[in-house]
Amino acid sequence: MTEKTVLNATHRALGARMVDFGGWDMPINYGSQIEEHHAVRREAGMFDVSHMTVIDLHGARVRDFLRHLLANSVDKLKVHGKALYSCMLDERGGVIDDLIVYYLGDEFYRLVVNAGTRAKDLAWIERQAQAFEVQVKERPEFAMIAVQGPAARAKVLGLLHEVDRQRIEKLGKFAAAAAQGPHGMPLFVARTGYTGEDGFEIVVPAEHAVALWEALAAAGVAPAGLGARDTLRLEAGMNLYGQDMDETVTPWEANLGWTIALDEGRDFIGRAALEQQKAAGVPRVMVGLVLDDKGVLRHGQKVLTANGEGEILSGSFAPTLNKAVAFARIPAGEPGDVRVDIRGREVPVRLVKYPFVRDGKPCEGI
Amino acid sequence: MSEIPGDLKFLKSHEWARVEDDGLVRVGISDHAQGQLGDLVYVELPEVGSAVKAGTGAAVVESVKAASDIYAPVSGEIVEVNELLNDKPETINEDAFGEGWIFLVRPSDRAELDELLDANDYQDLVENEDH
Repeated sequence: MTEKTVLNATHRALGARMVDFGGWDMPINYGSQIEEHHAVRREAGMFDVSHMTVIDLHGARVRDFLRHLLANSVDKLKVHGKALYSCMLDERGGVIDDLIVYYLGDEFYRLVVNAGTRAKDLAWIERQAQAFEVQVKERPEFAMIAVQGPAARAKVLGLLHEVDRQRIEKLGKFAAAAAQGPHGMPLFVARTGYTGEDGFEIVVPAEHAVALWEALAAAGVAPAGLGARDTLRLEAGMNLYGQDMDETVTPWEANLGWTIALDEGRDFIGRAALEQQKAAGVPRVMVGLVLDDKGVLRHGQKVLTANGEGEILSGSFAPTLNKAVAFARIPAGEPGDVRVDIRGREVPVRLVKYPFVRDGKPCEGI
Repeated sequence: MSEIPGDLKFLKSHEWARVEDDGLVRVGISDHAQGQLGDLVYVELPEVGSAVKAGTGAAVVESVKAASDIYAPVSGEIVEVNELLNDKPETINEDAFGEGWIFLVRPSDRAELDELLDANDYQDLVENEDH
């Protein structure tokens, strides 16, 4: 059974090409994926991300619970509204999901997790929450719209109630606050995203989502599909769960070491396995690849290195760069000349540090 | 979607073939196919002079989304390729039945043309696929 977001009819009326994404009927593009990609890099685009799962956590010991549940440390969250990106690991250090956690009150946190992992995430979180007497509440009555691009914030600010504008304009990166949108609709506005551009992700009650979408469109924000979202996040160097990491991979092997907080005395799930793997030596690393020749790097292609074979995780033509880029997981150690097997042909690629693109511009060395 | 020209013949895999006045067969992909693939970013053209066999891969088109083999509708020798596609693969998105042609074949067995779908049959195929 395919699920639909409250914006489904809106996408169809715009002529979107719809695809199944993690059990959801979602727009992949509204005509040209590349034009939508450029709209976000150059001006402002919006994505329906209502398929993502919002989970609210309440309880006196909710902070202790999150110290245990997440590999990143919620103790970094000092001010109400601040957000943190983290992995949620199993006992073996495998990644169950990646998520954003918002600190909304001393007894109230909000998680936003992936759509495709909803059922297993909820089951895992509920099981772990019992010992901490934390209430786990999914919020399916919310829709979510991501507005991204250099002009995105200004366009959203123009739709907010006057009394909220200045406060939301001052909102720092990775922070969220409540505000009133068009017709007084209650919004939860977060300065986060998945494109490498500035912008907001806005949680809105489902009954107001169509009106918000239409107000954004009237303000000149271009509808963009999941296709553009994928190339934007790849250029920005952001992992996609299920493609770049899953339970068979630790954060060390997914270039997510920066999200692991080995703070003194904190016993989070998976910590022992991570420390053990670190001590023993991490066998595989995730790297960025650039193909300067013609052709496209794609998921599943074999990567040949001096230390053996690896494979491409996320790979695509990158519209901002006009060439193909990829993430690959390869054996650790000096890789030598790296080649990718494209339909039986060994094509040389360059190993690079990513992100590939930041704030609309190619990064140095790409 | 643009109208399907009546002089074209089709493979079920969405390649079109047009017999030119000089008897050569021009090959491309249908407007429906380019729509399914999305923005094209790279076309791997066959070599001029190489032999192709009906129903087997002769070229590859890559969109942002996926790579697809382009089958030769007829057997024969490649006599020309559309070099324009090297720099502007999006020409296929813009004009699949015209400027976006991919290669030209000198057919070795003209009877193979009779096995292709005509424009009406292809239209039916596409409409059924959409349901």
